[in-house]
Amino acid sequence: MMQAFLSIFKRDILLAFRHRSELANPMLFFVLVISLFPLALGPYPEILQQVAPGVIWVAALLATLLSLERLFREDFMDGSLEQMLLSHHSTVSLVLAKILAHWCITGLPLLIIAPLLALFLGLPSFSWGGLLASLALGTPILSFVGAIGVALTLGLHRGGILLSLLVLPLYIPVLIFGTGVVDAARMQLPFSGQLLLLAAMLVLAMTLTPLATVMALRISVA
Amino acid sequence: MWSWLTKLASPKRFYDLAMAWIPWLLGLAIILLIIGTYKGLVDSPPDYQQGESVRIMYVHVPAAFLSMTIYVIMAWMALVGLVWRVKLAYMWAKSCASIGAVFTFLALVTGALWGKPMWGTWWVWDARLTSELILLFLYLGGIALRQAIDDRNTGDKASAVLALVGVVNIPIIHYSVQWWNTLHQGATISRLGKPLIDASMLSPLLIMIVAFFLVFLVAVLMQVNNEILERESHTSWVKQLLGMKLSNDR
Repeated sequence: MMQAFLSIFKRDILLAFRHRSELANPMLFFVLVISLFPLALGPYPEILQQVAPGVIWVAALLATLLSLERLFREDFMDGSLEQMLLSHHSTVSLVLAKILAHWCITGLPLLIIAPLLALFLGLPSFSWGGLLASLALGTPILSFVGAIGVALTLGLHRGGILLSLLVLPLYIPVLIFGTGVVDAARMQLPFSGQLLLLAAMLVLAMTLTPLATVMALRISVA
Repeated sequence: MWSWLTKLASPKRFYDLAMAWIPWLLGLAIILLIIGTYKGLVDSPPDYQQGESVRIMYVHVPAAFLSMTIYVIMAWMALVGLVWRVKLAYMWAKSCASIGAVFTFLALVTGALWGKPMWGTWWVWDARLTSELILLFLYLGGIALRQAIDDRNTGDKASAVLALVGVVNIPIIHYSVQWWNTLHQGATISRLGKPLIDASMLSPLLIMIVAFFLVFLVAVLMQVNNEILERESHTSWVKQLLGMKLSNDR
């Protein structure tokens, strides 16, 4: 089982690295959206610093949302997804591998680029720890929950807008606690409470959503 | 008990039973609505703080209560459909989705109407209002998913999965939204503990809640029956039934 998990994980990472531009796109989108805000709100450091937690988190949400579709769509198109569902390996572990690989490709780059964006928006450097910790715990939840949405809208034409309708309401708790962490860190308040709640949600998402995703995949592919 | 339940899962039997029940439930709902409205608008005292506008409560609270109850019923039906493959349960889930969305919308609108005189604004980003809004989004997402899928069986199952995901998420959303300090008053009726509301206001409120629930039941039974006729239109009993109706009309 572990071997199947690892081979799927490696395969997805490899596939992503064969399309380097696609790899960079979510990150680019993240940077672009965030640099729109100073243009829209004006270059005032006080305002930017105040809205920075929300802006970064909303941008992370949207970046994840846009990159979600490639989680299953290509495999669905070329039939390899069907083979995975038919294989004798535990489907849950295969789906888990795909989601984790997807997070490494789309979520992890956001983390790497986040300090730069914090700099853009004038977040003080002592708040970077909170920002990175909240993104590290929060963005995997987005991938896990989003996987259900992708699986449900797999066979549909124009599934993209529908996907955001289904998934965004479910992202709200992550948004609240994620911005909560960054906001507290910005004001040098303790933020371990919100961080622990994010961690709890991650554990819950990691254990439950693969089951729902497998079920949704079986419905969509059948 | 089980044989009774499995019999009820047969569309024909359910159709007949629902048809027999609908007039009674509707009559009871109308009577209770009249009593509740009279007691709420005329017979109950104005609030010492909120004055006459407290009477919006008699519509707002039942609607909000139902908006959440219907979601739970929908999720339960989705589970029954997925686990035991009862086709009637999917019809229930589908009917619950649209009716639930209407009640959620009603709760939001009456809440806004109540908020204007009380808080001086139509809308505030307070915890309960926000979770109610998210609930509306969840309903609408489910309806949109079902409409996007052409195949009826796939649509049933996909929206059932979504309903179950939603029902697990609702408490999380609710409590996370409560993170903010809230303008909205806390829950007034709790099943444990003594209610914080005076009996003169509680009784019309409870009557209205029951009346609204009956209205929901009537609406859902009618919609499920429609759904049965549509989905079972290939069966002989539906053809016979519709044929009879057609010949009566002529």
